[in-house]
Amino acid sequence: MILLVDLCYEKYSLSMYEFVFPIADIVKRAKVRYDIMHHSEVGLITAEKYDKIILCGTALKDGIYLENMDSFSWIKECTRPLLGICAGMQVIGSIFGGRIISQPSIGLQEIDIVKETSLLGKARQIEGYHLHNYGVTLPQGFEHLVGSSDQVEAFKHEERFIYGITFHPEVRNKWIVDRFVKLGYEHVEEIFNR
Amino acid sequence: MIILKLGVLFSGGKDSVFACYRAMAANEVVCLISIISENEDSYMFHTPNIRWVGRQSEAMDISLLTWPTAGQEEKELEDLQDAIVAAKETHDIEGIVTGAIESIYQAVRLQRICQTLNLWCFNPLWQVDQVDYLRLLLSEGFEVIISGVFAYPLGPAWVGTKLTDERIQKLRQLQEIYRINPSGEGGELETFVTDGPFFNKRIEIMRASKTYDNYRGYFIIEDMRLVEK
Repeated sequence: MILLVDLCYEKYSLSMYEFVFPIADIVKRAKVRYDIMHHSEVGLITAEKYDKIILCGTALKDGIYLENMDSFSWIKECTRPLLGICAGMQVIGSIFGGRIISQPSIGLQEIDIVKETSLLGKARQIEGYHLHNYGVTLPQGFEHLVGSSDQVEAFKHEERFIYGITFHPEVRNKWIVDRFVKLGYEHVEEIFNR
Repeated sequence: MIILKLGVLFSGGKDSVFACYRAMAANEVVCLISIISENEDSYMFHTPNIRWVGRQSEAMDISLLTWPTAGQEEKELEDLQDAIVAAKETHDIEGIVTGAIESIYQAVRLQRICQTLNLWCFNPLWQVDQVDYLRLLLSEGFEVIISGVFAYPLGPAWVGTKLTDERIQKLRQLQEIYRINPSGEGGELETFVTDGPFFNKRIEIMRASKTYDNYRGYFIIEDMRLVEK
């Protein structure tokens, strides 16, 4: 069971159709069950009940999640595989010590995957859809997978199964969400059992 | 709860009508914004029967703001921005709603305009499964007429017909064989909505004509009336 965390400005907002349901649709097509919860309702106990967690993005004009960063503190202790998309990546980065920075981008852009991972695959160039005003600096303990160290477009925790991508995979790159959902996490258990 | 005053970019087709319906559920739609293009192959704006949007806005009981454009590829974006500025000034809108489903071309341009004007941008049909969406339109009680077809193998029988379960099933089959977008997102077909669950009155088409040549057909509405529901 996957938990989709809605980062939009309020529960049941009009933005859900654009930033949460398209992700839910990909999960549904992967034949995996999911729940959707607004970020204001999620804490560590709730998060730990799920197999994996996806933090979804939100609208360009929506900065309310940035004002409620304390409510995401559970992320640091959460043992579940996490994927943060756009605003979700910013939240993960910030919780682990990164700094939110102005990094506006709208539209399709070439994306340079610079490091091979189980989620994004081999180093190569793909095209991704960007829709964000902010980015986040690379937190300690993370490696950048896309972009450069001063403009991180995707990152991964060095040990834990935590990914962030700044572009929107629901456009042109649905395979990323599909792969996150389907990836076995035997190697994650191995890490937590060390 | 945040209730925003929104303007809906409105063509009279199913996508803008359904986007409006979703927006109305939790926000205040204060105006419809219709761009009247002189170019029937406009990159951004649907043209068949656009002259009837006034009657649709009357049926929906929502104010309409119309704005002309010559329909030249990038100039029409300036016209669109001017129309949105006018809606902001006259209706005090805080955001725009569009019926974009897949078109990155449309979405990116609208997002940039909204960013420039400091407005919210909502796309409540974004990436929706097109066949599921067509079925939802019918189950929610919308009446949709196929007012234009522009792709092989959509023949003259499609022009002016109502969207039905059978038609959706056929579009699904054509999607598999010919890769057409069932909801017409790639310009394969255009629609006109005559009724919906939030319409105060339904539209009855009194007179219309059809043209069809080489997989390009129009259903031109020539007269209509509003009927009490």
